[in-house]
Amino acid sequence: MIEQLSWKVGGQQGEGIDSTGEIFAMALNRLGYYLYSYRHFSSRIKGGHTNNKIRVSTYQTRAVSDDLDILIAFDQETIDVNLHELRDGGVVIGDAKFNPVIPEGSNARLFAVPFTELATELGTSLMKNMVAIGATSAVLGLAPESYQEVVEEIFSRKGAKVVEKNMEAIKKGSEYFQGIAGKIDGFQLNEADGRKRMFMIGNDAIALGFLAGGVRFMPAYPITPASEIMEYLIKKLPKFGGTVIQTEDEIAACTMAIGANYAGVRTITSSAGPGLSLMMESIGLSGMTEVPLVVVDTQRGGPSTGLPTKQEQSDLMAMIYGTHGEIPKVVMAPSTAEEAFYDAVESLNIAEEYQCPVILLTDLQLSLGKQSVEPLDYSRVEIRRGTLDLNAQLPDSDDKDGYFKRYQVTENGVSPRVVPGMKNGIHHVTGVEHDEYGKPSEVATNRQKQMDKRLSKLKSLKFDTPVVKNAPHEEADILLVGFNSTRGVIEEAMPRLEEQGIKVNHAHIRLLHPFPATEFKELADRAKKIVVVENNATGQLASIIKLNTGNHEKISSILKYDGNPFLPSEVTAKAKELV
Amino acid sequence: MATFKDFRNSIKPNWCPGCGDFSVQAAIQRAAANAGLTPENLAVVSGIGCSGRISGYIKSYGFHGIHGRSLPIAQGVKMANRDLTVIASGGDGDGFAIGMGHTVHAIRRNIDVTYIVMDNQIYGLTKGQTSPRSDVGFKTKSTPEGSVESSIGIMELALTAGATFVAQSFSTDLKDLVAIIEAGISHKGFSLINVFSPCVTYNKVNTYDWFKEHLVALDSIEGYDPQNRSLAMTTLMEHKGLVKGIIYQDKEKPSYQDLAHGYSKDALALQDLNLGEDTFKQLAAEFM
Ligand SMILES: Cc1ncc(C[n+]2csc(CCOP(=O)(O)OP(=O)(O)O)c2C)c(N)n1
Ligand code: SF4
Repeated sequence: MIEQLSWKVGGQQGEGIDSTGEIFAMALNRLGYYLYSYRHFSSRIKGGHTNNKIRVSTYQTRAVSDDLDILIAFDQETIDVNLHELRDGGVVIGDAKFNPVIPEGSNARLFAVPFTELATELGTSLMKNMVAIGATSAVLGLAPESYQEVVEEIFSRKGAKVVEKNMEAIKKGSEYFQGIAGKIDGFQLNEADGRKRMFMIGNDAIALGFLAGGVRFMPAYPITPASEIMEYLIKKLPKFGGTVIQTEDEIAACTMAIGANYAGVRTITSSAGPGLSLMMESIGLSGMTEVPLVVVDTQRGGPSTGLPTKQEQSDLMAMIYGTHGEIPKVVMAPSTAEEAFYDAVESLNIAEEYQCPVILLTDLQLSLGKQSVEPLDYSRVEIRRGTLDLNAQLPDSDDKDGYFKRYQVTENGVSPRVVPGMKNGIHHVTGVEHDEYGKPSEVATNRQKQMDKRLSKLKSLKFDTPVVKNAPHEEADILLVGFNSTRGVIEEAMPRLEEQGIKVNHAHIRLLHPFPATEFKELADRAKKIVVVENNATGQLASIIKLNTGNHEKISSILKYDGNPFLPSEVTAKAKELV
Repeated sequence: MATFKDFRNSIKPNWCPGCGDFSVQAAIQRAAANAGLTPENLAVVSGIGCSGRISGYIKSYGFHGIHGRSLPIAQGVKMANRDLTVIASGGDGDGFAIGMGHTVHAIRRNIDVTYIVMDNQIYGLTKGQTSPRSDVGFKTKSTPEGSVESSIGIMELALTAGATFVAQSFSTDLKDLVAIIEAGISHKGFSLINVFSPCVTYNKVNTYDWFKEHLVALDSIEGYDPQNRSLAMTTLMEHKGLVKGIIYQDKEKPSYQDLAHGYSKDALALQDLNLGEDTFKQLAAEFM
């Protein structure tokens, strides 16, 4: 019996590869296994190799595994492209239709199962993926009935007959496989805990967090890998009186979000690098006018259109330092889907409490990787709107125009906030430097006061767990550092390094800006070496750490920018070299 | 009842003496009073340019944004609080050059915003460069030999983009302008009002006298019917766009807010934000 296993299904895009993986994973999630999946896909709809690699385990994992136990192939290309990942003695099951072959000398175990033919016999070749799932369950020793619930949910709309046929296809696949291969040892998972968990991508978690956190409006422009946030809210917001507008571009999305936040509705937008580049001027407007704004940046391969469907973490400098002039801005970087949910809620609170733009930064692996998520705790969802009180009765103003001191200089820099419609709340809002009433002013002393006021706001920023620490060693040989989705791979490399006698501590940065220097320093001081693991070519996080904490001589980097997520073995090997 | 004085503040506009924008400001203040608005229920959003300063000169909630983006900001305000009256405004460069994408999409989206453009056929604030509304041959700082690009027929363009309210006016025709702005405010949906507002400093061709000579009032054209879109189009083409009055209005088409599925009938800004534990659990269960 084993604790974890990796399974991959591949074929041509548009052939149902995604749904094959989806059904397989959903069924196992229901049994209480932990799932973690990563899709390889391209910027085209039909054709081109695609695959979905799914890790099943009895414990939480958040990394793509080093190797592969089972490969399901709908074409020869899938075998040619992925066989190198297969572990010794791994299983390849190919559709008999294309006569699958493996190179001579490979010790993979190849089985040809007539996916298409068996499905066609049952009525339609479309069910070939169910046959493949059936064959898989035979390898794992899972009863075809394990899929009943999921199949019913997916196909019941199409009638009981369709459900029955699909179950039939799973059984056929399973029986056929057992007929040709018998029982294969080494692929049976230990029983799972049977607990109910959610199965979702990071973008789902973010979108749900926004909905729970009070978002009722979203203007946005579609882009990979951000669109799912918009798609979820398109489905849900109308049920709560809200709506999504697909704007003409990201400049409109961001400025419309600013307009709606100014008028009092929690409004977000989401995009990826190219869209964020377009939003930069507006993000500065939010900073200058102190209108709350939350923007999600789901990082993907850059620069320019780059690798639009691949993993990368190369936007962080742009998110921290982008936009001209100097504004207060918060850049948050959740590292798991659970965190993404709670951080989505918190980003809204921070934006309103500190009246500034907040970037919720993720990466493609976190945004699109579908994973098991522990039940989310609604009691942790808090809505805090800072100085805004929509029901406040405002006193008459002493200004000669009756204007409200929307930009009043206060001790912590945060001014009272009102929204249009409120009596005695009239003030001016402008991206031009302004006085306490919002009226344009170029007076030098006023300029300095307002700049200081804005920039001082984040000094009092309260942020829960800016650095996730796993630091068992008083003095570590190495401190591994990452942000966003590299959490899983670092967590997996850690015990492997420990086994080789290396003392490892781990710091995952959840608040990239303002940088939590004090928290980080404490860990840095306790490490002989600091190794920053990031999916980019120039070591952006390492630079930011140096800028904020020094430690130049201690810091080195493990970088990967070929479009693929890190594997635990890569981080382990490179970290070992650097000790 | 608020009067136009209630929409005034003490800020002295930094426009050149004689600039057409003064009258546009006065017209908005009068129209707002005539329409029965109160300053706190009016939001004026403007872009960047000489004209963009207008939101600071009217006593109401005012948002002076960034160049070319008054429309998306204004649409966001309206979506957040449909009980507010929202006016967007700015120059012809703001709306028809850098912001043209938003203009076309605001027109076809038809959110209930009144968009007032101060069209002086030049860039004022940046000291006299050509604008998309400049005539061919017009000499400016950026076109010393005369502009060779065509001028945008913005009214025609609005008609083809699906506009439900298209009007044009002249800043000195205060009474007509006030009436048109009032009509725009009461129109359910997006209204585009292009106002010829001469720049006395940088445009020595399209002057007050020039407009007086060239503009044709639509109500002087016999049989003109602003509900007739094809008549509107041919009339515009016959007069090279130099007409004034309400060019076209579709009174039937519902606004975006009325068509958006599920969108609240009450101001979104005033809604309770808490989902409640039960609703949340149902939403979460969809992922199990
Ligand atoms: C992104 C950006 N680009 C350029 C400018 C400089 N700029 C300010 S106003 C303006 C054009 C003004 O012309 P118009 O919109 O016609 O308004 P007017 O000043 O004539 O009223 C320009 C180019 C800017 N503020 N922002
Ligand atoms: S430069 Fe032209 S548009 Fe600007 S204020 Fe002067 S007259 Fe008006």
